[in-house]
Amino acid sequence: MIIEAREVDKVFRIPQQRVDTLKERALHPFRVGGHRELHALRGVSFDVHRGEFFGIVGRNGSGKSTLLKIMSSIYRADGGRIRMAGRLAPFIELGVGFNPELTSRENVVLNGVMMGLTRREAARRLDAVLDFAELRDFADLKLKNYSSGMMVRLAFAVMVEADADVMLIDEVLAVGDASFAQKCMDVFREKRDAGRTLVLVTHDMATVQGFCDRAMLLHDGELRYIGDAEEAALRYYRLNFGGVDPDAYAGPGGVPDVNVRVIDAWLEGERGERVENVEQGSPIVLGMVFEARQPLEGPVFGFHFLDEDGVTVFGFNRTLDREPDRLEPGQRVRISARIENPLLPGRYFLNCWISRSRTHGDLALHVIRPLDFVVYGTRPGPGSVAVRADVDVRLESSTEPVRWP
Amino acid sequence: MAVTDEALELREVRGPSALGGGRRRALELLLLIAITDFKRTYLGTALGYLWSVARPLLLFGVLLTVFTQAFDLGDRVTQYPVLLLFNIVLFTFFQEATSQAVTSIVSQESVVRKTQFPRLVIPLAVVLTSVFNLGVNLFVVLAFLLVAGVAPTWTWLLFPLVLAALLALTAAVAMILSALHPRFRDTGILWSVTVTALFYATPVLYPIDIVSGTLRDVISLNPLTPIFELARKWVVDPDAPGPVTAVGGWGPLLVAAAFFVVIWVAAVWVFRREAPRIAEEL
Repeated sequence: MIIEAREVDKVFRIPQQRVDTLKERALHPFRVGGHRELHALRGVSFDVHRGEFFGIVGRNGSGKSTLLKIMSSIYRADGGRIRMAGRLAPFIELGVGFNPELTSRENVVLNGVMMGLTRREAARRLDAVLDFAELRDFADLKLKNYSSGMMVRLAFAVMVEADADVMLIDEVLAVGDASFAQKCMDVFREKRDAGRTLVLVTHDMATVQGFCDRAMLLHDGELRYIGDAEEAALRYYRLNFGGVDPDAYAGPGGVPDVNVRVIDAWLEGERGERVENVEQGSPIVLGMVFEARQPLEGPVFGFHFLDEDGVTVFGFNRTLDREPDRLEPGQRVRISARIENPLLPGRYFLNCWISRSRTHGDLALHVIRPLDFVVYGTRPGPGSVAVRADVDVRLESSTEPVRWP
Repeated sequence: MAVTDEALELREVRGPSALGGGRRRALELLLLIAITDFKRTYLGTALGYLWSVARPLLLFGVLLTVFTQAFDLGDRVTQYPVLLLFNIVLFTFFQEATSQAVTSIVSQESVVRKTQFPRLVIPLAVVLTSVFNLGVNLFVVLAFLLVAGVAPTWTWLLFPLVLAALLALTAAVAMILSALHPRFRDTGILWSVTVTALFYATPVLYPIDIVSGTLRDVISLNPLTPIFELARKWVVDPDAPGPVTAVGGWGPLLVAAAFFVVIWVAAVWVFRREAPRIAEEL
């Protein structure tokens, strides 16, 4: 065990009538500053094991960054306790705490000393940091003149070269350009092989699924799930895109069952067997069964396919095929769809919504994600879809020099 | 590099504090920040060194003209010009260190919000940088002392004691101001007024023995007063009355000393109280 958190509580007091000047304090010495309490963390307990890559996911304001700051000793917890082992290196809000007025050389040494190195050790680390960040030529430039990408690279390099036992990282993957992002990934793999522990706060579920051994989901300061990274990511998606409390989900695929319940949802392969994923180019065969729990007048069933960034790639909607255009409680609807598959390899989600009536516009009763799947194949390309394109590329027969007007 | 197991014992995470992380680290950090800051002022601008010396000298020039021409302090006080310069240099140190300490934590926001380190280092580093500046200015004072014909005495060796007292008081005030400012953003304005008032309520422009009445009583209670009077007696004028006589006996001196202690206790209390939450106030 390398991190042990027990019942961690954190409350921010947000003054409603800000008494933040001494003058006001002097004028109204007995005014009890109306405080609104923001309970950022409520009794969060978890363990992180040594050598583990651990994800913390949750929506904005769920308390995940606060938790990381408490682990990094930047905030103090109001209740509970955290115990940690070994040296740690935090990476918070895309930085490690630089002074923009100083050069990167000065900042790197300063940061090393802050982390507990001696000045000599910190200076020895300098070269490695500058090399990693690819900023050797800018070592004596004040940080205020750095681009944000350079700044992040330097910060990340400092964190990596700290060679800490535990790395606490908040949203690192917004970092810099693609080649640097790749470098970060390689470093993470190296660190993992070296038995280092990584705690990663992120919105990027692909990272969680691809990198983390375990993950936990925070919602409104409470621990909602801890365990399998895939499951945590899935629940995060439901929470984020479903807009519904995940505990209200029930049934296969986890679906809210207030108005309509999804009884079943699946993808089929060539021979009608159920499959998890779809091969590139072969049609998406989708089946779903809904059950109405309330009377539904003129229901519309919408289906959107989203890529992993949550961008809709394509979609369609359908209504019932016969009168009366109405569902009674208990009635079931079966959807069978065979969809031409233009999707490039990648991870996709089915977003499904049901609106009450065409006449009332697109009032969605539910937006749910009954399915996520991977399109696999060997012909990747730019974007999310492949389209037929007849393109002719040939040499121009005329060799007349081009005259520019 | 292999991870050794004995290094990985679970330890309580206590959150940020004034001195959390160990004294050695605090000391090392303190020195590094102060030296970096000092270098930046001196090497950063072409006139860096000049500015640091020029400010007290210019003030000295103006005040010397006023107080020797408009008033007759030059005749009534032994070695008045040198004393004036000496006092101005000492007070400039106090003023510079405390004024810069006010915003020190807020201006280091990006560091405070992202790194765990002993918070106390920030205001103390500001004070230490000012100590370096003071050291530079004291050379100028020394030159003036010798030129003015002040005979060196063995009591010059005691001057570090005076300096230590001044440093201690400055550090305490710096701690209080830096800890209050994130919460009360008008601390800086209030302090700039206060420090101006203190300039006149401290025997800088004049020795305490030439004022009388209520003003003298007020000045006597100022903890800076015995420090300045001691500096005067030990360095500039051995015949000066010295702090005890100057403030009118041991009574007022003890009160001034009590203030000194109160300020220190307040500094430690305020800073320890605020340090864990300072990052949240930014």
